[in-house]
Amino acid sequence: MKRTIFGNQVLPWLLLAPQLVVTLVFFLWPAAQAIWQSFLREDAFGLNTSFVWFLNYRALLNDGDYMAALGTTAIFSVSVAALSMGLALGLAVSVDRLVKRAPLYTTLLVWPYAVAPVIAGILWWFIFNPTIGILPYLLDRVGYDWNHRLQSGDAMMLVVIAAAWKQVSYNFLFFVAGLQSIPASLREAAAIDGAGPVKRFATITFPLLAPTTFFLMVVNVTYTMFDTFGIIDATTGGGPNQATTILIYKIYADGFLALNLGSSAAQSVILMAIVIVLTMIQFRYIEKKVAY
Amino acid sequence: MASITLDRVGKTYPGGGQAVTDVSIRIADGEFLVLVGPSGCGKSTLLRMVAGLETISTGTVAIGDRVVNTVEPADRDIAMVFQNYALYPHMTVRQNLAYGLKNRGTPAAEIARRVDEAAAILEIGAFLDRKPRALSGGQRQRVAMGRAIVREPAAFLFDEPLSNLDAKLRLSMRGEIRLLQKRLGTTAIYVTHDQLEAMTLADRLVVLNGGRIEQIGTPMEVYRRPATTFVAAFIGSPAMNLIPAQIADGALTVGGVRVQLPLPSGLDGPVTLGVRPEDLQPRRNGGDGHLTLDVSYVEDLGAQRLVHGRIGGHAMVCTLPAGHAVQDRLFLHADADALHLFDVQGGRRLT
Repeated sequence: MKRTIFGNQVLPWLLLAPQLVVTLVFFLWPAAQAIWQSFLREDAFGLNTSFVWFLNYRALLNDGDYMAALGTTAIFSVSVAALSMGLALGLAVSVDRLVKRAPLYTTLLVWPYAVAPVIAGILWWFIFNPTIGILPYLLDRVGYDWNHRLQSGDAMMLVVIAAAWKQVSYNFLFFVAGLQSIPASLREAAAIDGAGPVKRFATITFPLLAPTTFFLMVVNVTYTMFDTFGIIDATTGGGPNQATTILIYKIYADGFLALNLGSSAAQSVILMAIVIVLTMIQFRYIEKKVAY
Repeated sequence: MASITLDRVGKTYPGGGQAVTDVSIRIADGEFLVLVGPSGCGKSTLLRMVAGLETISTGTVAIGDRVVNTVEPADRDIAMVFQNYALYPHMTVRQNLAYGLKNRGTPAAEIARRVDEAAAILEIGAFLDRKPRALSGGQRQRVAMGRAIVREPAAFLFDEPLSNLDAKLRLSMRGEIRLLQKRLGTTAIYVTHDQLEAMTLADRLVVLNGGRIEQIGTPMEVYRRPATTFVAAFIGSPAMNLIPAQIADGALTVGGVRVQLPLPSGLDGPVTLGVRPEDLQPRRNGGDGHLTLDVSYVEDLGAQRLVHGRIGGHAMVCTLPAGHAVQDRLFLHADADALHLFDVQGGRRLT
């Protein structure tokens, strides 16, 4: 990489300033506030504040609901990442095989990504609505009584589908780009080397996509942890019986609905730590294995 | 080991583009055939049709006695060396070599033996456990060759395998490919746009232009008796001079000079005269049948000098030995058998 030496000591900071200001104001400052708040106990009106050290954290670790939300988040996260990446890979491979009209399909498949999470949630809320939705009506015909308002499993499935659907586009784009960066001659060489289409995918294409897959895994996990709030809020509201209350939703519910600001802050600090640790593990141990 | 027969092979793309038209070639067992032509002449398409990477629109391709038009690439018993080598970047050199054998269910001991043998032939034993990205261009080229020879195929297909190497390495790899192919005695089809590579490697070469065969022959046949003006201009460096001339009353006139030449009877009117730069010999004085070259500039190549000039308004190049003095004007002579006559319209050879 080219190294630039600035004669002026101020200029580099000026050039970095816009990004630094955004990071400071919208990330570091709120994060610091959350950490500070997580050590406080405050009444709902902010009239009485006391410093309680780790009391909020200790309470959370003894809270069965919080532990349940942790488990729910794990299931949700893995399901959404697996479903959206699997679907995206399938679509990308299909589009990659097309000679004509590949740009058209690519464009169409990218649309869901432009839809706001809440809109996506409402869309799926309509489709799956037990009273007026089309899917419960069809499922009823084959004898399945869909009701995500009462059935935890149905509710989880709904939020997983809605969240995955939104992320498919993003994953799809990266997989298409990844596939296109694999030289055609590699697959041709493999074909001459006696590998059939399935074997070719398993031994050449998929291993060569590994860096893309790894990157998407990190992005998807982060997405499920933070960006799925709108979908949960618009479809199930964390219910029934907290079956779809993932960590980010619980932060909202405890902080803004129940007005337990200290606990909510402590939860967001823990969530932040979880994502940081997961990303670090992924980069430390997995990235080395996928590089070629 | 097998012969390869192309019978009236054609390729039409779905859009209507005609890449290859009516190509018939019989390649003998163990022969080194080079397909040469400018970009877009269909030579790679033709090779890929033999490999099974492109469908064959018309005609048949046979390897040995078997027509392979609908046979999968894997089952054609061929090995291909790609221009960009197409080494599997996530596998070590050893795995790259073994991949094709493994897919065919070759026993592990046999794979190990063949990989070691190929590594010894190509001197790549030292980096069998490295990945391709840790190799230099020349080493990658060797691995690509190794991947072809471990398979012990009926034929090697080379798709411009040397064009990514620097000039010096290209020269030495060219020699190695030639030696290796002779030693193994495997039939080979080699695609290149480099006429020098074609000349030096080929048992026979096929000059292609616009998807059609211009000429098939040994390098010297093609060089000495080019069948068309296209071949004449393409093969040989510097290229053959092609200038307009007139035939009237059984005599050839070029640049206002009558040239003595035993002409086939029945020729009359304008023709294209071809003469190689090295066949033009300098003469001390302008004399009967000598061409006069108005010298524009001289290029010194070390071993020889290229003199660029004009004869009767037409550009002409001639090769002179190093140190030969050149004035503003040069008198040139060519032997009758060094003059090639071509049809003005179709460019076909007349003599």
